[in-house]
Amino acid sequence: MSNHDTQDHADHHEDPIAEIKKVTIILSVLTIIELILGFWMIGITSESTRLAIKGVIVILMMAKAFYIVAYFMHLKHELKNLIMTIVVPLLLFVWFITAFLSDGGSYKNLRNNYDPHFKAQSTIKVEKKEEGHEGAHKVEAAEGAHETKAAETK
Amino acid sequence: MSTTTTASSREVKWWGGGKSPFNVEYGKVMMWYFLMSDAFTFGAFLIAYGTVRFSTNGWPNPNEVFKSYPFASEGVNAPLVFVSIMTFILIISSVTMVLAVHAGKMMDKKGVVRNMILTIIGGIAFLSCQAWEWNHLHHEGAWWGMNPFLNADGTQSSTNFTNFFFTITGFHGFHVFSGVVINIIMLIMTLLDKFEQRGHYLMIEKAGLYWHFVDLVWVFVFTCFYLL
Repeated sequence: MSNHDTQDHADHHEDPIAEIKKVTIILSVLTIIELILGFWMIGITSESTRLAIKGVIVILMMAKAFYIVAYFMHLKHELKNLIMTIVVPLLLFVWFITAFLSDGGSYKNLRNNYDPHFKAQSTIKVEKKEEGHEGAHKVEAAEGAHETKAAETK
Repeated sequence: MSTTTTASSREVKWWGGGKSPFNVEYGKVMMWYFLMSDAFTFGAFLIAYGTVRFSTNGWPNPNEVFKSYPFASEGVNAPLVFVSIMTFILIISSVTMVLAVHAGKMMDKKGVVRNMILTIIGGIAFLSCQAWEWNHLHHEGAWWGMNPFLNADGTQSSTNFTNFFFTITGFHGFHVFSGVVINIIMLIMTLLDKFEQRGHYLMIEKAGLYWHFVDLVWVFVFTCFYLL
């Protein structure tokens, strides 16, 4: 019987406490890298560089998600049947994200090409507002004016 | 002994009948299914946010919007500082939750109680941070349907930014709140020796799954709103 017990323990891959410590450190390091990239991005104006950094941040985000689900939620140590039941339906997100984001992008291009009002609106710069509530009211007033204008043109 | 060796040497037929194909109890499978449906709800919210953002020419710069922290002076400019504190609070509370689940497996009641209390404190700390942030933004004139912030390029912004921010962080905050309530119930049940009587701490594991999911969602919300 004691032989059986040791076999059972051999099935567990690692000491659970050591694993928790390891994953905690990984998650903290990934978060710190994300934050460093975020701070670094503040000073960068080049659109392509910003896009590249954002891509790296998204990859780090997926890595964090993997560590939380696999180790904290213990999914990695479950049976393959359960893992597949959870993970395979989530693959729908691949289509979901691709389809919707490209749809959003194409809607923007369509409006920029065929809706001169939309394009003009997004090039007018607003002078910096003052702090606090007054600024908010001003914005609301500006929006109201915009709405009435839109109504008039109809 | 001999029967177990022969059974394990042959390939296990999980769907052949007479076995539990997932090898977890009913409540845990159902918690996983619930979390999957919840993942699609959050996914739908975040993808809607992404779609609207992709279809707009300008968007406010998060580093200009979220640049303050509690007890800061008026014109403070500290982007990412407060939200990184919030993120670490949630990660640490997730770690204490794993430790509580582990203590439960060892039938260590004291360990469960200690780690559940720490997890609850972490959850309440996160909620307090969020309450402060919402209050601060509201004082700056931001709310559903109100957006005082300009786009990063200085043009007029729509209310999409604030609408999505308050809806998604609010929905996540509601999950944190219900997680704290669930954890408090688990703590009370532990203190009343309910799990000792049952002979197992599986309920702590289920509450733990929910709590880690809340942390998981924050990973996505934090990245989408504060970093990208």
